[in-house]
Amino acid sequence: MELQLRGITKRFPGVLANDSVDLTARSGEILGLLGENGAGKTTLMNILYGLYTADEGQIIIDGQERHFEGPGDAIEAGIGMVHQHFMLVPVFTVTENVVLGVEPTNFAGIMDMKEAAREVHEISSKYGLEVDPEAITEDIPVGIQQRVEIIKVLFREAEFLVFDEPTAVLTPQEVEEFFGIIRGLRDAGKAIIFITHKLKEVLKISDRIAVLRDGKVVGHTTPAETTQEALAEMMVGRPVDLLVAKDVASPKEVVLRVDDVFVTDTRDQITVKGLSLEVKAGEIVGIAGIQGNGQTELVEMLTGMRPAASGAVYLNGEDVTDEGPRGIHSRGVAHIPEDRQRRGLVMNFTITENIVLNTYYDPPYSKGIVMDWDAAAAAAAKLVELFDVRTPSISIPANSLSGGNQQKVIVAREFSRDVKLIIAAQPTRGLDVGSIEYIHGRIVRARDAGVAILIVSTELDEVMALSDRLLVMFDGKIVADLDPTQVSATDVGLYMAGATP
Amino acid sequence: MTAVSKTQEHVFTPAELKRARYLGITYIVLALFVLWFFGVGSIGEGDATLKLVKPTDRFKEFPNLVLPAAIFSFVVAAMFASLGAIQLTRGFKNMGNVVLAIVLLFFVFSFLTWAAAGKSFSFVGMMQETVKRSIPIALGAMSGVLSERVAVINIAIEGQLLGGAFVAVVVGSAVHPWMGVLAAILTGVVLGWVLAVMAIRYRVDQIIVGVVINLFVLGLTSFITQRILNDNPQFNGSEVFRAIEIPLLSDIPFFGTVLFKQNIFVYVTFALVAVLTYGLFHTKWGLRSRAVGEHPKAADTLGVSVYGYRYLNTLMGGAVAGFGGAYFIQGSVGQFDENMTNGRGFIGLAAMIFGRWHPVGALSAALVFGFAEALSGKLSILQTPIPSEFLGMAPYIVTIVVVAGLVGKARPPAADGQPYIKD
Amino acid sequence: MSDQQRPDTSPPDGKGTSQFFQDLTGLGIDWRSAVLVPVLAIITALLVGVVVIVFTDLEALRLWGSDPGAALSKTWSSVSGGYKALFVGSFGSLRAISETMVGAAPLILAGLSVAIGFRAGLFNIGTEGQMLIGGMSAILVGVAFQLPLFLHLPLALIGAAIGGAVWGAVPGILRAKTGAHEVITTIMLNLIALNLVVYLLKSSLFQAEGRTDPISETVAVSARFPRLFGYLHDSQVRVTAGIIFAVLVAWFIYWLLFKTTLGFEFRAVGMNPDGAHYAGMNVVFLYGAVMAVAGALGGLAGADQILSILYRGSPGFSAGIGFDAIALALLGRSHPAGVVAAGVLFGALRSGGQVMQVETDLSIDLILVIQALIVVFIAAPALIKAIYRVRTGRAADLPTTGWGT
Repeated sequence: MELQLRGITKRFPGVLANDSVDLTARSGEILGLLGENGAGKTTLMNILYGLYTADEGQIIIDGQERHFEGPGDAIEAGIGMVHQHFMLVPVFTVTENVVLGVEPTNFAGIMDMKEAAREVHEISSKYGLEVDPEAITEDIPVGIQQRVEIIKVLFREAEFLVFDEPTAVLTPQEVEEFFGIIRGLRDAGKAIIFITHKLKEVLKISDRIAVLRDGKVVGHTTPAETTQEALAEMMVGRPVDLLVAKDVASPKEVVLRVDDVFVTDTRDQITVKGLSLEVKAGEIVGIAGIQGNGQTELVEMLTGMRPAASGAVYLNGEDVTDEGPRGIHSRGVAHIPEDRQRRGLVMNFTITENIVLNTYYDPPYSKGIVMDWDAAAAAAAKLVELFDVRTPSISIPANSLSGGNQQKVIVAREFSRDVKLIIAAQPTRGLDVGSIEYIHGRIVRARDAGVAILIVSTELDEVMALSDRLLVMFDGKIVADLDPTQVSATDVGLYMAGATP
Repeated sequence: MTAVSKTQEHVFTPAELKRARYLGITYIVLALFVLWFFGVGSIGEGDATLKLVKPTDRFKEFPNLVLPAAIFSFVVAAMFASLGAIQLTRGFKNMGNVVLAIVLLFFVFSFLTWAAAGKSFSFVGMMQETVKRSIPIALGAMSGVLSERVAVINIAIEGQLLGGAFVAVVVGSAVHPWMGVLAAILTGVVLGWVLAVMAIRYRVDQIIVGVVINLFVLGLTSFITQRILNDNPQFNGSEVFRAIEIPLLSDIPFFGTVLFKQNIFVYVTFALVAVLTYGLFHTKWGLRSRAVGEHPKAADTLGVSVYGYRYLNTLMGGAVAGFGGAYFIQGSVGQFDENMTNGRGFIGLAAMIFGRWHPVGALSAALVFGFAEALSGKLSILQTPIPSEFLGMAPYIVTIVVVAGLVGKARPPAADGQPYIKD
Repeated sequence: MSDQQRPDTSPPDGKGTSQFFQDLTGLGIDWRSAVLVPVLAIITALLVGVVVIVFTDLEALRLWGSDPGAALSKTWSSVSGGYKALFVGSFGSLRAISETMVGAAPLILAGLSVAIGFRAGLFNIGTEGQMLIGGMSAILVGVAFQLPLFLHLPLALIGAAIGGAVWGAVPGILRAKTGAHEVITTIMLNLIALNLVVYLLKSSLFQAEGRTDPISETVAVSARFPRLFGYLHDSQVRVTAGIIFAVLVAWFIYWLLFKTTLGFEFRAVGMNPDGAHYAGMNVVFLYGAVMAVAGALGGLAGADQILSILYRGSPGFSAGIGFDAIALALLGRSHPAGVVAAGVLFGALRSGGQVMQVETDLSIDLILVIQALIVVFIAAPALIKAIYRVRTGRAADLPTTGWGT
């Protein structure tokens, strides 16, 4: 079978997301679709899946043009999609998630869950996708959740399988396992479209590669014909330095010391379980780990947003365990939060208001309880200039900026203070290469100026490139303290999965 | 801060421990309260006689429940004290809410024996009244369950009840009582449709739409009542449906009278709870509805129509609330008064939260509220020294305590109240 | 999305009037959204009111079949009579304007109570109960003391503000600490307050001597708002300094919200409580504080009702003003200036509605219908835009949230 996209064009207000894109996917073949964040990959796939309607262009399956009004039509046409953010209902069982939308029923719409569970079991044993059909989805690990997503697609007898950034949540070992699964699917005659911004992976798994940049297909190639460097240049449009440029660190005194802390999450489950670590001035310490191993709660605890159940945190020797966010950041700690739209910014506030979001209560931005908005505007204007935030005005709300510029507003606010420690969670998630390079550069400059830096990221490549010292977090504890220049990604991956190399 | 033990099998989190401690202290305070007010307060007052059958019942010779008021309360106080002690020392693990329910039940009984010490009163009558009064609340709560399971918050239940009652009386008296019920259901559907269009299509804040619908219905029904109904009594008097005695079942002493000598609204409500429970958890419709309420994007990507299910369930919820409105007329008094629903819709909403968005839970909560209403009616007859205003407040105070999480934190559908935006 | 900016829909930078205007509209919406839509909403609501009158006129409806001419004239007379009474009763004379202002003062204070809640992301439906508690506190102070006016009146107002603040803070603290949704808790507290007031009015503390029904003593003259046109010796021109007080309070709330650090915190919590927590603001304190301020404003509204108009308490003396205030705050875009304007409009509707009720056979409940419709059209500007084909910028977000925390 063959799937063709011809001349697909999609415009959003002010943005041309897809510009006459042509692509072909065939049975028994893996097509790698490479592009950086914001290149238009997800938009393209949403059009293919019927979630968006293209402004122009055709979708042709086996020579026949198809029109999708919604995902139902795309599913009908044999297209299945594993989304970057899983589309699973957390409180449902695995089986309920799999059958949703195509429920096997008796009379009067009563579901036959026994039959459904049997079918789920059949698919899972056929393709080596082991799951417990009765498990509640939110209780199973992300790696298994991904299997549920694949079973969902296969349950609908899809012939064209689209994977959108499927490896983002997996350890290197799980990635290997996952590659084995999709090779198996390819050999079983399915057509696979593998969307990613990771060069290594696209070279490893694809039979053919298409590169998307600024909404256009800028080239076709195969893994045999190309190299990482060439692909990177194609993807970004200019030569890219794949490594973070930095000198050897010269760590000084201990700034942050964490001693045997326990932390609970929002659902009252203990997720940080007796963790200890140290960060020194002038070094970048990275924490690698699979999402959901307590990193979020650790960062929230360190920045005062979540209380520690027990244990202690010292900042320059001072016990700050019971300090709130203000106590922490007034002691010279900058925090780049994981979810910038939910935490780091008030999206409806102007850039000026966001710039003073955590310093508004001190001069020069206020005298007593009266705000000085002129001083705030002056500071905002200066920082927007200094940190290269692209905006027509400092009086527009933060939600009218692009993701990269929103992150720059946060970086501007946090780095412009007199800080001794920077705690950054997923600092470059979802950003384009230009913004990533800029933020990495800022972090390295801060380190060289003697600031202690703690980076928490699920992007293993990023923490390995940026850190001077690499910690691996698994099940709420630090399980390894490594030198990133001396260790292989495979070994780090084993630690991330709770094993020892 | 409580240290967290690493070895224990079931690890209690700090929040759980805190709540367990609060509960333990509450039980002990209740023990002292019962001991002093109900126990010491009824010394020498004699026995309380709770009648379990009515003179018209088939087995009218069935014995009454006679409790020595003071002694009973002393026993209850002792029981509370020991339960509190156990709660504080080792806790009840998974049985915590069961114990809480038992404590509340005995508290109420202790209160009743105190109030009725040396007198006798018809407990069966009060329970029959409880069921009746819980019906509009339960129907309001079911309406809420239907729409909130698909993430549409329905504050307009009050307006749907009131609008339903108004139309039920007009159509019921001008045409036929059954047509009145039907028209009330349609009125609920129309108001549900307004809510749905505003919330789903125009993405107006759902709470605001609900408040506005309530204001609108209150204004319009009051306006028309003054302008038309007051001068035209032929539009304001519908036949009230009689109680239907279910053969055999209605002969069971006490329970037969309470549950099986009621009018059609009661039976329909109980049936509705059963159907909804089964439907939500065992049918295609239920699975899809819950998916739409928990994770609309996931449902959408699987070809489930998010808007379709939101419309469908909000309209069904409107129908249920409209039917609840008809209860005030054909099920109860037959006449319309301005603002006659008097906050029942909001109590229904609280019952839905209390019942954790589950039909059976919501019905149980509605029965608790119905009991509180029946009790305050009964107590004025018993002439207790408690001012009637305080009894009037009781259900509202209970509601606040409930939503503040005494019974543990409830988890609403994840997308509740959020409009779904298709790009 | 690429790194390009999205199109700029906001007004250019600037100070002075445009800054004020941006505050007024919250998000820098253009004048059509801020002024044109509300005006069209009011007109449309009044037109729908006509439909309601026409379709509830039974006699005229019967006549349509037999004598359409008579039916038309009957319908016309009831519509025009009603609306004329509405207008004359609100702006037609000094007395009417005075009555409008009398009605506007508590409405403005109550509207501010709801509006400040909206600004902080809380839906305060509890203004009615806060008015009752505040009003009772004012009666207590007004009856218990004999003091000169310049001491007695402020003392009564402070008492009312404190009473309302305590009543209001409860749902705020519950929301922050336990996640109990303020919509439910404030509605419950209204019903509790209603019962409590009846109980108190029958207690020896409040009940007027020689009465058995729930009614309080009359407050001392020194605790009352002085009449503005007292020198006219016209007992029908009742407007008091209460209206001036209400406008001053509105100005204070504007200053508080937009010029102070506390106001910045209120607004930050309202738009993003997680972001406010991140920024080191104390969300629990702020939810409590904002509801205490809202409660104090509600309490002042209740005090005005007592100290300007009724002088004594009776059951339900808040007269539904706390519910009208929700509509009013929405109409005024939750901005103090907008609330003052909307308060005058609603005061006019109330005052005119009373005249209409007396002079025609239309009950004042029609006002409730009109107010509800105004809010529908304000809350769903898409309707107004569709009807009148107005193009506007983006609509304001009014932040309320689902049941979750």
